[in-house]
Amino acid sequence: MFTRVQMLGAAAALAVSAGDVAQADVLFWSTQARPAEEAQAMRDNVLDGFDGEVDFQPNEDGPWLTRLRAEIESGTGTIDVLGSLHGNFSAMNPDNLVDLGDMGVMAASETFNDLGRLGTDTLQYIPWMQATYLMAANREALQYLPEGADIDALSYDELIAWTANVEEATGEAKFGFPAGPDGLKHRFFQGYLYPSYTNGVVRTFASDAAVTAWEAFRELWEHTNPASTNYAFMQEQLLSGDAWIVFDHSSRLAQAFNERPDDFVAFPAPAGPEGRGFMPVLAGLAIPETAPDQDEAKALIEYLMKPEIQIETLRATGFFPVVNVEFPDDLPPSVQAAGAAISAMSGAPDANPGLLPAGLGEMGGDFNRVYVDTFERIILGGQDIRTVLDDQKGRLAEIMQETGAPCWAPDAPSDGACPVE
Amino acid sequence: MTHASMAAPAPKTEPNPTPVTPVRNSGRYLYAATVILLCAWVLVPLYFLLVNTLSSPEQVSTFPKSFIPEFDLGSLQFFAGFQGILNALKNSIIVASMTMVMSILFGAPAGYALSRFEFRGKETFRVLILLTRAFPLPLLALPLAVLFIRTGLDDTTFGLALVHTTLALPFAVLITFSLFSGIPVELEEAAWTLGCTRFTAFTKVVLPLILPGITASAIFAFVISWNEVFAAAVLTIENRTLTAFLLQTLGEAPLHLKFAGGFILVVPALIFIFAVRKYLFSMWGIANR
Amino acid sequence: MSPRLLPYALILPVTLFLCVFFLYPFILVSQQAFGSADGWSLEHFRDVVSYWKFPISMQNTLLLAAAVVPVQLALSLLMATMVTRMQKGRDLVLYVWTIPLGISDLAAGIIWLAIFEQSGFLNSMMVGIGAIDSPMPFLSYQNPGIIFLAIALAEIWRATAIMLVILVAGIGLIPKEYYEAAEVFGASPWQRFLRVTLPLLRPSLQTALILRVVLAFEVFAVVVALGGSQFPVLMSEIYAYQFDLQNSGAAAALALIVLAISIVFTLVILRALRVPKGATI
Repeated sequence: MFTRVQMLGAAAALAVSAGDVAQADVLFWSTQARPAEEAQAMRDNVLDGFDGEVDFQPNEDGPWLTRLRAEIESGTGTIDVLGSLHGNFSAMNPDNLVDLGDMGVMAASETFNDLGRLGTDTLQYIPWMQATYLMAANREALQYLPEGADIDALSYDELIAWTANVEEATGEAKFGFPAGPDGLKHRFFQGYLYPSYTNGVVRTFASDAAVTAWEAFRELWEHTNPASTNYAFMQEQLLSGDAWIVFDHSSRLAQAFNERPDDFVAFPAPAGPEGRGFMPVLAGLAIPETAPDQDEAKALIEYLMKPEIQIETLRATGFFPVVNVEFPDDLPPSVQAAGAAISAMSGAPDANPGLLPAGLGEMGGDFNRVYVDTFERIILGGQDIRTVLDDQKGRLAEIMQETGAPCWAPDAPSDGACPVE
Repeated sequence: MTHASMAAPAPKTEPNPTPVTPVRNSGRYLYAATVILLCAWVLVPLYFLLVNTLSSPEQVSTFPKSFIPEFDLGSLQFFAGFQGILNALKNSIIVASMTMVMSILFGAPAGYALSRFEFRGKETFRVLILLTRAFPLPLLALPLAVLFIRTGLDDTTFGLALVHTTLALPFAVLITFSLFSGIPVELEEAAWTLGCTRFTAFTKVVLPLILPGITASAIFAFVISWNEVFAAAVLTIENRTLTAFLLQTLGEAPLHLKFAGGFILVVPALIFIFAVRKYLFSMWGIANR
Repeated sequence: MSPRLLPYALILPVTLFLCVFFLYPFILVSQQAFGSADGWSLEHFRDVVSYWKFPISMQNTLLLAAAVVPVQLALSLLMATMVTRMQKGRDLVLYVWTIPLGISDLAAGIIWLAIFEQSGFLNSMMVGIGAIDSPMPFLSYQNPGIIFLAIALAEIWRATAIMLVILVAGIGLIPKEYYEAAEVFGASPWQRFLRVTLPLLRPSLQTALILRVVLAFEVFAVVVALGGSQFPVLMSEIYAYQFDLQNSGAAAALALIVLAISIVFTLVILRALRVPKGATI
């Protein structure tokens, strides 16, 4: 009886599924704006002004990549526009992306446009929006700032002293670091710790300055909440109070500021002996060769690059524009807080901006793994710093040799593959 | 834990038709206490999910947590306003139903064959069936997606149901096998001697007996399909399932939406299990007692 | 149809189905595991096995299965026998016990993280009753034991119902005459369980155990939610190769290793709980 009813249901279902095939929407396949609220804001506030229907589908990297590869492999596609981070595009074969150099839209920063060329001589993806990593703190922690320390110009030593003061006062380690499997810890090492201490990322990987950097980080880790190995989105621990001082991607802090704007402050990353290292996050837009409607896809990209739409995107996602815009006054609290911290960081006299890894191709993940493994072995495994660095150095050199990727800032430029010194 | 100690004396209030010895009595208490403890073990974590679902965003991240929900419907309302959520729900039900039907239709005959016949390659067949569960689907998704795009099965609920059936089949085959094995072959033979064909013996004698097994297989097929997220995210675009629609956005959603989304996903599966639970009991084994 | 061919006819549909939707993609993926720049090689296998996390993730996976599966077996047997003895409210109790079946592993991870995290329910309760003064970070990298325990508890909670459902359906098929006979001979409930239930339940036990063990080697979402970076398992390593490193060959090689382990355990269980020939009881 039961199965018979179900079979009827299935027969009806088959009829239904055969029915809806027709669709002419532009499919926007994105790894960005995934959180439910951001996705909804993208649909309602950003894309609804486009002349045509857009189907915005955010996905995790796994399904995003698998689907894209399947379409490329089979030669027929449904995806019109891709939205993702630089790292995902640089892992792709540029032949599978439509050349976008003749579109007439691009980012204001030539550095970004160069990244978008993926080593070819024309744009493969259009820089779409940018963000960076920041520090944030609960206002209650401010009273424990070490004497004479300026929160907008902290050094790593002052940060360590601060977190130590907090621990002494509260009895709990309240520095929070996104060291969970989904946390963006590798970016901290590549874009913040290494540039600040060694003025490099690859060349200086196993230098003496790097040993000092890891020693400092080990010290910071002593005042870090030991549950950090589970953290991925520091806004959660800021809100719950499990952590008072945190480092994370600006959009992974946004919810804390939007929910309780008066309780938290955002401020620049700390500085080391070689300056205040920091690194951007760059998202881009591209069109796969298999896109069913390339004209509509290009129209959508042009639309998304309009200054007023870039502002709407900022409101929806917390990612900043890559074109020149006039900022309105009514931006969400998270954007205001992040914006102020970012200008303090990039305008600091000791600013030492780094670039995103380029030229690594599909070895980007292996490159990150070198830094994560180094962290896990030194900090979590308690192994000797010098030994681990000398050991991991070999793997890093292999990756650089295999890809032939030249050095990027703050490493000094190289002829050919960036050497590990 | 507190539940158990509070509720344990409950059987005392029930009238006892026969006088029982103290040993028996304490055994009864132990029995009731164990049942209640095990129920609490299952329900308490779910209760926490409910509390968090019905809490405002501030409440979700406060400490210490309240153990009583404040009935803030904000998080649920957010999903109610989510574009396309009803369509996704419909797709999920369609895919799960098709998965259920197909896995039983294909699986039960194989289970019957395994339990009733000795044939060459039987063990190999059983192990092969299991392999399908011992290899991670996300790795298989790429070649499957290419196959589906080329054959036009891509982005159909039917195509996704085929993949989910692959996941559910080992359950269907092995469960029906073990339950057919539990039914004495003499029963069928008796039916044959009474004039039944192998087929009518099956429908009149065996089928009522194996309904629990079929039900168990159906439950597995349903929940496997319902909760599967990776293939659903890769193989459907317009016809998203609820899980692909919600679950993949949950990992990064703010906490209160994470809980609400998880809750929304759990409820239909619980309704389904509730609806079919009584078929899990055999007609003649325990039902007659 | 001739009785010799009938079994083959019965398994044909499922075989064809799995050939198309499992075997075909499986062979394509497996080829990648053995592929390299210059033809066939075991390079990917060497790579994944020599990676420093491989022994750790292997050990974690096996330890977790060894801790969780026996508890689940005992618990599901207990629950199944209890529920079949029950006179009142049997439907309801069985329903409650099977509820976790409907909960995806991702949702289970979210639920249990809400219990064990620092500002979670367990800490709220312990602070509330005054057992501790301030919340403890249970899931800290300094207490791998507690992390292990939390993961094991969550897995036992989530996946015991899989075995329970199979065993309940199986117990229902044991003719009550066997129990009556045993009672006549004065067998205690415990003896009845050992001498009647367990032997007659063997086919169901075998199935439940095999499915559970195979699934235990694929444990992933709950572990990631609770264990973070501190508890790598084989499946999380496979996903890291496939999606973070985009190294399909290595991912496939590691998946084949998991498959091989699963097959070994399946064969062991098949042998240990052999169902007698003829399948009569």
